[in-house]
Amino acid sequence: MDTIFIFAIQIIYAVAVLTMISLGLALVFGMMRVINLAHGEFITLGGYATIIAAKSGLNIWIAMLVVSPIVVGIWSILIERLIIRYLYGRLIYTMLATWGLSLAMAGGLTMIFGNTTEGVALDIGFIAVGTYQASGYNIFIIFTTAAIAILVAWILYGTANGRIARAAMQNRDMTQAFGYPVKRIYMLTFVAGGMLAGLAGGVLAPTTGVSPYSGATWIADAFITVITGGTAPLLGTLASAGILGLVSSSAAFVFSSASGGIALLITALILLWLFPSGISSLWQRSGK
Amino acid sequence: MTIQRANGVTHILLVPLVCGVPVLLLAPLFASTYTLSLFCIYALLAVSLGLIWGFGGILCFGQGAFFGIGAYSYVVLVINLELPWISLLLAVGLTVAVTACFGAALFYGRLGDVYLAVVTLVFTLILNRFLNSTAGPEYQLGSARLGGFNGIPGFPTLHFPWSDTTFLSDTVFYILSSAVLLASWMFCRWILKSHFGRVLVAVRENEQRVEFAGYDVRLFKTVAFSISGGLAALAGVLYANWAGIVTPALFSLTQSAEIIIWTVVGGLGTLFGPMIGSAALTALKLGLGHQSLVDNFFVMGILLVTAVLVFPRGIAGVFTAYRFPFLSSEPKGRWQTRSNRRRDITDTGGKQKNANF
Repeated sequence: MDTIFIFAIQIIYAVAVLTMISLGLALVFGMMRVINLAHGEFITLGGYATIIAAKSGLNIWIAMLVVSPIVVGIWSILIERLIIRYLYGRLIYTMLATWGLSLAMAGGLTMIFGNTTEGVALDIGFIAVGTYQASGYNIFIIFTTAAIAILVAWILYGTANGRIARAAMQNRDMTQAFGYPVKRIYMLTFVAGGMLAGLAGGVLAPTTGVSPYSGATWIADAFITVITGGTAPLLGTLASAGILGLVSSSAAFVFSSASGGIALLITALILLWLFPSGISSLWQRSGK
Repeated sequence: MTIQRANGVTHILLVPLVCGVPVLLLAPLFASTYTLSLFCIYALLAVSLGLIWGFGGILCFGQGAFFGIGAYSYVVLVINLELPWISLLLAVGLTVAVTACFGAALFYGRLGDVYLAVVTLVFTLILNRFLNSTAGPEYQLGSARLGGFNGIPGFPTLHFPWSDTTFLSDTVFYILSSAVLLASWMFCRWILKSHFGRVLVAVRENEQRVEFAGYDVRLFKTVAFSISGGLAALAGVLYANWAGIVTPALFSLTQSAEIIIWTVVGGLGTLFGPMIGSAALTALKLGLGHQSLVDNFFVMGILLVTAVLVFPRGIAGVFTAYRFPFLSSEPKGRWQTRSNRRRDITDTGGKQKNANF
């Protein structure tokens, strides 16, 4: 019984991590058809922000939940103004440009911090489950992810600003005609995606550590989760994160941790083959 | 645009012989033949992507995978068979078979656009993760141990066909790789000149219209994809012989990224552009390797961003559009020359309907 409980926590944790790292990317891709391949480096940047803030004496919870999103948010404004805004509507261009950005950021971070892994200590103990123990921090990540997902859903579907943003994505000209600043909405959506990446980086930094090239591992999983999920920013990503997290953590549990990653990729391939436009095409109207 | 199209054979041979041979002959004056072999190998790899992306509109984010498969299968075969030349042929054949199956699964599954890029990327990552986890002794193919992260060192390299013990010197290896490069360049020009190539370019321009004309677009794409895979595998086999070791780094994201950067910076829609791009950026990379102030990837990344934003037609675009139209490998008439001027990075499949703007 305890084994099952621990196993369930592991699966939920895997799903939560996938969701957390993908949400920002999913928001930007689902809303604006922009794929930010530098998303992994945005996450890494968030991690560095947390570590530096914590090491310079700031409370670590403030560092990860407040400082990281703000730092990456400001960085996203810069990137949107300098690069992304010229490329809206051209998917392949954005992929290439942000891939270049990702290499440049990884290289730049190496130049600043050196090619080493930085970490930050954080101990909130364990929760005993019968004869086993679950890491308290993993539970924290699960609840944080749930909170973020609910927050994003509420902003998108429950507030006036969310409705305006969705309208701008569906019909740019009409929204503009109603007097809403479409360009600024695009920018803010991109910044929101960046802030989610920064938050993910901050929250995950204590468990994984941060190195300049850790973005590559994040982007692979996030990118695959988002594309498999399709264009529904929230539900599609949750669905694919659920399936992929379940499969990969089961495989990791049964075989080895390396086979978990391979199982994730193979599942994604099969899912894409079954639903070439992502899982969310199941419930979205194809004509749009 | 006054230069008349030469007839078939001349068209295929002329530019590689007139432009390629002198460069390859003069290059040893400036660098060691050992280094130059790497330039040839990378140029071949760049051409393999330039062919399907620039002319077929198929953006493969995992060209490094076929490079790696070629290299690994050569090494595994040569360790077991101990016949380098036969292993070379078998390795290329094997990769063509793999690419054909993979391509068929992609194109007959109607994957296009960004999904194609994702799937090829995922394919590369699977191989990377798998090979990184093969350190244990249970991962053994015949007498070749895959060796995980450390890769496979120490295997028989190419030797003269008439003597089992005389291995190729640096200079001979350079002659071999530049000959392979030239031959592949001519081969690609021949393909693009042929009926097949014309249809391929038409698919890039308007997939649906080609389909209405009665062609099986999926078949054309699959064949083009496997040809490109074969060229990449050839580059991979040469690379294995050049380096004397193969490691999972061949399948890394950065390797595939580099190939794409060469092609974009060099110029899409030409064959010589990607070659120039690969040579320029490899030289830059080797130059940057000598100092520790600026990180190599920092420069590469900024170059890619700049190329996409400012020079989407790359280095080659400067030449073909305005001065030297004969360098372009596109089959052309007057109408096409004009459209070439406007051509830049192809949004694969031209699925503009995906954008809501």
